Amino acid sequence: MTHDKLTRTLGWASAGLGVPLLLSAAPAARALGIRDGTRQRATMTAVGARELASAAGLLGQRGPTWLWTRVAGDLMDLALLGQAVRSRIVPPRAFKTALKQDDRVRLGRTLFATAAVIAVTGVDVYAAVTRSRGAKRQPRDGMVSLTSSVTVSQPRDEVYARWRQFERLPDFMAHLDDVTVTGPRTSHWRATAPFGQTVEWDAQITYDIPGHRLGWQSVHGSEIRNEGDVRFTPAPNEQDTEVHVRIRYSMPAGKLGEALARYLGEDPHQQLDDDLRRFKQVLETGEIVRSEGAPWGKRARREFPQHPARPLSARELRKVRS
Amino acid sequence: MKANCWVKPNTVRVENVPDPTILNRRDAIVRVTSTAICGSDLHLLDGYVPTMQKGDVMGHEFMGEVVEVGDDVDGDKLRVGDRVVIPFPIACGACAACRAEMYSLCENSNPNAGMAEKFFGHPIAGIFGYSHLTGGFAGGQAEYVRVPFADVGALKIESDLSDEQVLFLSDILPTGYMGAEMCDIQPDDVVAVWGAGPVGQFAMDSARLLGAAKVIAIDKQPYRLAMASRAGHETLDFTQVDVRSALLELTGGRGPDKCVEAVGMESDHGTAPIDAYDRVKQTARTESERPHALRQAITSCRSGGTVSVVGVFGGVFDKFPSGSWMNRSITLRAGQCHVQRYMKPLLKRIEEGQLDPTRVITHTLPLRRAPQGYDIFKHKKDNCEKVILKP
Repeated sequence: MTHDKLTRTLGWASAGLGVPLLLSAAPAARALGIRDGTRQRATMTAVGARELASAAGLLGQRGPTWLWTRVAGDLMDLALLGQAVRSRIVPPRAFKTALKQDDRVRLGRTLFATAAVIAVTGVDVYAAVTRSRGAKRQPRDGMVSLTSSVTVSQPRDEVYARWRQFERLPDFMAHLDDVTVTGPRTSHWRATAPFGQTVEWDAQITYDIPGHRLGWQSVHGSEIRNEGDVRFTPAPNEQDTEVHVRIRYSMPAGKLGEALARYLGEDPHQQLDDDLRRFKQVLETGEIVRSEGAPWGKRARREFPQHPARPLSARELRKVRS
Repeated sequence: MKANCWVKPNTVRVENVPDPTILNRRDAIVRVTSTAICGSDLHLLDGYVPTMQKGDVMGHEFMGEVVEVGDDVDGDKLRVGDRVVIPFPIACGACAACRAEMYSLCENSNPNAGMAEKFFGHPIAGIFGYSHLTGGFAGGQAEYVRVPFADVGALKIESDLSDEQVLFLSDILPTGYMGAEMCDIQPDDVVAVWGAGPVGQFAMDSARLLGAAKVIAIDKQPYRLAMASRAGHETLDFTQVDVRSALLELTGGRGPDKCVEAVGMESDHGTAPIDAYDRVKQTARTESERPHALRQAITSCRSGGTVSVVGVFGGVFDKFPSGSWMNRSITLRAGQCHVQRYMKPLLKRIEEGQLDPTRVITHTLPLRRAPQGYDIFKHKKDNCEKVILKP
């Protein structure tokens, strides 16, 4: 159950309203001063069912979604009540005739209910707005943020040194085609972006603490804005090295592009995980393991569908080695 | 070359495929002299292991002669001409798992680790001929196989033992042995083994070797129980007796101290309703296993005892007897065998005559008749226990 007190209170309020509406629609209609007819009863039952669904959602799930459905429900109720009020003040067939006594009582009840719903709407809007603010996880600056970690059975200095050889990062990073070091702190990068595009950018090292930490970012005005950070920390056994990578970059089409790429099988989180796995392979075994089903080495995105797990023909081998 | 390939569920076919080539610098190419059909191959045949593809070469139990080695293969360990048995898990020998001798958990040998991770939470090692989840490596039911990290796994056979005596070091003998070893057998222990297939038989022999006072085989095939009986083990036919009562009878009311599950995901059951329940769920893909033997092993085991699982499971199942397991302090252990850890010690036991792996062999067929071998093994025709194929 949710731990947010206001959300929980609203959940129980929904339940408290939903049960009588659903179980005894006719008395509920009378209490609200609404005419008792088949259509009105059906509306009452539907509203009751909606309230119970809201109650279940509010009490059972995290997140602001169900608070917004409550707001929507409030607006619907106000519309229904407004209709009921209008039908009393302007009776279509008895225009200009005075309101009868019991009609006045009913109108009073309906107006009271309307006032109550308006008050509740205020509370619901407040809850939904405040609870929605905290729920955003990704900053909305169009940057994709990735993190991944791997433990390598090598001393920290060696793992750092291998990563520091930027020219050799393309050995294991699937999307990197080429890295050229252009100065003591600068380098030029070329990579394959989703949908077969090539992107290039210049990067500069922002900090470099040998054996510990390395940070870089693209220079101002780059086609693809990106920044990254790698930390090398000793594993609990003091012999192995934990590699913690954080990368942020702007996708050509932001979030939409990322979603589309993921749909086409290029989940960037998966790519980074696989890149680090290959980094570990290279350091621990000297090369990237290949199977008949996945003979491509680092070109993992060619994996699906895979080659059957049977030896490759001479032609397929030439393609793999090219 | 000829190779036995998976075509679709319930169909394997011997096809002509290209000869294997070196893909990594520590590869070796082995000319296969003997290979076998494993019980777990039947799970692939039946279509219960995901990520099989049409044309995949089957087989992870094989041995033969090294005919080619990659540039980086350690010449002190492996040369062309060596006679070798190949362990089924592919292991690099350098990662943390390999250094801890947990070879089937090698962190570097599965190029499809990302895929395996999605199924299992964490990846497992590459395995020959055993779906793309375990790497998509071509298997050993073929004339030639490429063996990655060949200088880590391959066991050289330098004595004049026959293929039949050493072939099972590739999988089922170490697997059965590990099943018994995980039981941490004490003198006076009674060990019950579910499944009298080849792995179960070797688990029984190993349990006795490790000091068990009594070993009980549980199966429903009379010929398999007779095979266990000939090897000196007690037997229970679960279609004839109530297993729990019979085990209590055989153990003075205690229940077996240690239990080995050597059945896995396609268990049969003596009681029709539970069997029907699991079959319906497995067919509807709402559970991937029919785990009856495991459930029964847990509930039958003595309080405070151990259940060791070497039968193969692939996904998820329900109706796990968690109350019995937790409240009665049952230790549950499992694992794909870390074959490399056991090969040399078990080879020594074979040489000394303590173990006779040949006792389970019932059929030897040429490789071209592999589909027939699968058929008789799967349907338990002609009292089939273990099929060896000769390329």
